[in-house]
Amino acid sequence: MSARINLTLKVWRQAGPDTEGAFVVYEATDISTDASFLEMLDIVNERLIDAGEEPIVFESDCREGICGTCGLMINGRAHGPQKGTATCQLHIRSFNDGDHITIEPWRASSFPVLRDLAVDRRALDAIISAGGYITVNTGSAPDANLIPVPKETAETAFDAAACIGCGACVAACPNSAAQLFTAAKLQHLNLLPQGQAERWERTEAMVETMEAFFGSCTNHGECEEACPKEIPIDFIAWANRDYIKAKVKNRKLAG
Amino acid sequence: MAQTITRVSTPPPVRAAAKFRLPWPLSIYHTAVGKKWVMGLTGVALLGFVLVHMTGNLHLYEGPQEVHEYAETLRNLGTDVIPRTWVLWGLRIGLIAAFGLHIHSAYSLSRMSMVADQRYVGGRNYIAANFASRTMRWTGPIVGLYLFYHLADLTWGWFNPDFVRGDPYHNVAESLSSIPVAIFYIVANIALSIHIFHGAWSMFQSLGVNSPRYNHLRRYVAGGLASVILIGNLSFPIFVQVGVIDDEGRSFVEQMEHSEPHASSAENPVQP
Repeated sequence: MSARINLTLKVWRQAGPDTEGAFVVYEATDISTDASFLEMLDIVNERLIDAGEEPIVFESDCREGICGTCGLMINGRAHGPQKGTATCQLHIRSFNDGDHITIEPWRASSFPVLRDLAVDRRALDAIISAGGYITVNTGSAPDANLIPVPKETAETAFDAAACIGCGACVAACPNSAAQLFTAAKLQHLNLLPQGQAERWERTEAMVETMEAFFGSCTNHGECEEACPKEIPIDFIAWANRDYIKAKVKNRKLAG
Repeated sequence: MAQTITRVSTPPPVRAAAKFRLPWPLSIYHTAVGKKWVMGLTGVALLGFVLVHMTGNLHLYEGPQEVHEYAETLRNLGTDVIPRTWVLWGLRIGLIAAFGLHIHSAYSLSRMSMVADQRYVGGRNYIAANFASRTMRWTGPIVGLYLFYHLADLTWGWFNPDFVRGDPYHNVAESLSSIPVAIFYIVANIALSIHIFHGAWSMFQSLGVNSPRYNHLRRYVAGGLASVILIGNLSFPIFVQVGVIDDEGRSFVEQMEHSEPHASSAENPVQP
């Protein structure tokens, strides 16, 4: 059953990376409860364009919760009030008529605001470039099940691989630490046989790249709550263990 | 989007890389994850100390003589092998080192996080973070200040006019009979237990002690340790105030010293 409700939005507007930003209040009237959060912003933007104003800049791509492009701080919570849901999968039915919604971009020193609600997340790309891959010879696709993987291992690795790299963990963290993102990307490869060859090199390189851009984890657990893929902080503990092992093993290799 | 967004250069790192390659153990300590390991390991050592210290202090309920004997036992540790108080001093040096590393890594990790973090202008909601985890940077310094006062008061005797060196029972009873001091001890020990409640849980994560079979126990371990330490440590100022621990201003050690010359002169007359 769809209804139509009115919302009051308080949106962060910022013209560019080097300009001062501020909140601007918009009335989002007559919004269908079936609309997704981003569709609601689309409607607001169309009305802004009609009125001759600059539309609100925000990022989105697949709108089905698998690409990690969208991401907004909604009422002080990364990706809004619904657990395990990316902003694009959040629907207006989660809000009530007359609600005031504060929308802010991700905030971290390494996530500079580009414009309005869009931030530069290339620091996460830097972590992936440091080792978030495996090196294989290209050629024809290998036979399926050529490398046996225990079911539990495959499932745990898949839980980590569910990370879409949206940056909600950094946004939600009071320390702006990217520990959950890095740990998920590390363990997704470190748990599997294909990831073993570069395991220790990868662990050291990715953690140290992360530390150049982000804060230090104090185990609040906010990231786990914010994660649209509900990746548990257990991966952080395993990554911490791998990191110290890597520091010991790589020393022998370097010697 | 391409027209509306001006691309800036890659965000500059918030933390400069090491200027030169550090030698091995230092190269671990230089990193944040390495510092968290040091925080965890020194945390285990300090937690062990707090637990043993609290348990040892329970001798206060036995009486002045027993406390004195306990203190002597600590000084006599390992006297069969090495000179008296050497083991005690070894433990003290280890504790001082653990404290130094714990404080230094906490300080530098906090600095790192403060540089990396930016405030939400519209405010933010906390879901998982609890009071203990969010106040670690406050409870830590409170415990540090308390530790300094505690040492100055009961080890060096700076603040207590009735201080008698070597009589812990007398000194504790005299110090904690003052209401402001008792309140300070109570506040500081609550801060210590809050610190331990998050620290003891956080330690498992930082040290990578994580196994699905036992993970649900980690919060209970932290809560149990914090409660035991809280109850034990709060009992001392409370029971001194109530009057259970009280030597009515008479130092057991002083009485012993006064009585000894008579006893010894009677049994062994001084040879001319």
